[in-house]
Amino acid sequence: MTVYDIIFYLFAAVTLISAFFVVTNRNIVHSAFFLLFTFFGVAGIYVMLGADFIAIVQLIVYVGGILILLLFGVMLTNKIVNVEIKTGTIHALPASIVLGLFAGAIGAAVLNTNWKIVESPDPVPTTAAIGRMLINEYALVFELLGILLLIALIGAASMARR
Amino acid sequence: MIYDWLYNLTGSEMIAIGIQSLLPLYLFILPFALVAVLLERKVAAHMQDRLGPMRVGYHGLLQTIADILKLLQKEDTVAADIDKKFFDLSPLLVFAGSYAAFAAIPFSGAFMGSNIDLGIIYIIAVTGLVVAGILMGGWASNNKYSLLGAMRAAAQIISFEIPTLLIVITVIMITGTMNLYTMSEWQTGYFWNWLIMGGPDLGITKILFIPLMVISFLIIFLSTLAEVNRTPFDIPEAESEIVAGYHTEYSGMKFAMFFLAEYANMFAVSAIVSALFFGGYQSPFGYLGNLLEISWLIPIEQFFWFTAKGVFFVLVQMWLRWTLPRFRVDQLMSFCWKYLIPISFVILLLVGLITVL
Repeated sequence: MTVYDIIFYLFAAVTLISAFFVVTNRNIVHSAFFLLFTFFGVAGIYVMLGADFIAIVQLIVYVGGILILLLFGVMLTNKIVNVEIKTGTIHALPASIVLGLFAGAIGAAVLNTNWKIVESPDPVPTTAAIGRMLINEYALVFELLGILLLIALIGAASMARR
Repeated sequence: MIYDWLYNLTGSEMIAIGIQSLLPLYLFILPFALVAVLLERKVAAHMQDRLGPMRVGYHGLLQTIADILKLLQKEDTVAADIDKKFFDLSPLLVFAGSYAAFAAIPFSGAFMGSNIDLGIIYIIAVTGLVVAGILMGGWASNNKYSLLGAMRAAAQIISFEIPTLLIVITVIMITGTMNLYTMSEWQTGYFWNWLIMGGPDLGITKILFIPLMVISFLIIFLSTLAEVNRTPFDIPEAESEIVAGYHTEYSGMKFAMFFLAEYANMFAVSAIVSALFFGGYQSPFGYLGNLLEISWLIPIEQFFWFTAKGVFFVLVQMWLRWTLPRFRVDQLMSFCWKYLIPISFVILLLVGLITVL
């Protein structure tokens, strides 16, 4: 076991344990805070896979943006306006059936796939390559995504004004 | 690089990484915080025509050490209805976030925590941890002032991240790299090669860049000042309105962690500003080591210049703190969204046009 293995298992453990707490915790603010560690662990795993740019974007977008927004929303509704946010278990039986089927399908897929094992190459900086791909090969998709985000932004602003 | 030297010395990857990652903390942040706390009190005192701490040591030189001894002995007062787990975690998270930024800061040509390709973007990304930590502390304290302070801090930091990022993107467009080490190496030579003087490339672009870069520097300096919650942008900790903001309930060493994180942050943003616009660790007048042909002297000189530039900007932050009154919340937000962000967009466009030409 090398240093990298230890670090990988550390990040994997952080991700899984905090994800478990996100789902099981009764207090919704606690869940939101545990989500922070899940995102962080996932970013760590991206780094281990050599995807440095995606890891950093994961941190910026999810931890720096979405999570903070989520916390704002949860805290403002929960503590200041005194709205009860319910966290509980409903429809336990159908949920467990669906979950069982889904887990079975995923498990079967993982076990039955003939995984190719390749020696992992040394990670190289990916940012320049991603940038070139976005501007050359996927220019249309990239622009469309930009327009989609702009529409969402304008929509949110006009809804908030009402 | 120091890492190779450590690796040869210890013979183990793990020990070398461990020592390397602790070096900035023990050799830099802790001594810096010791000096900076005293400096802040002395600067404040002299600006207000007082003497400041004078009793402990010569002109109060040992005052901070006495304060730390006092903080260590203090009882850790904890209010009854707090959220214990997150209350304890928050100072750690805030400090971890600000310390993580030091991994990508080039202290000199020979020492840099991690020479990652995405340096500056990484630093901005880990700032998110600080915001989350502040929100956590404010919420877990179960105190209206704390929650208000935390909300203000988070809103302020995420708002001022936008002009910071825009200016950083402008700089990336000019230098063509996000790595702070490469960026500093790019500005090598004398002080007229620094980005604030238009960068090392001679020609018409250099002249066009100078005014744009001066404005960019002002914007990024102001917005990073707001990101570390310093006066005139210290509404998250405004004493006269909300006691001490998100760290109202903290005492003893937990408070000291917040304090240490604040000073580490102050230096980190100063270091970023100097690495982007003032040549990072590069000397303005060439190196003594080159002149005397002693190669080991150069990294030490670089470290000296880096620290000097960083401390200079920290001093400017202190100077502003004791000169300007505090902003109001609405003034702060309109300052960011109505002035800084549009100006940075214009600069981004202009620099884009100039680099294309």
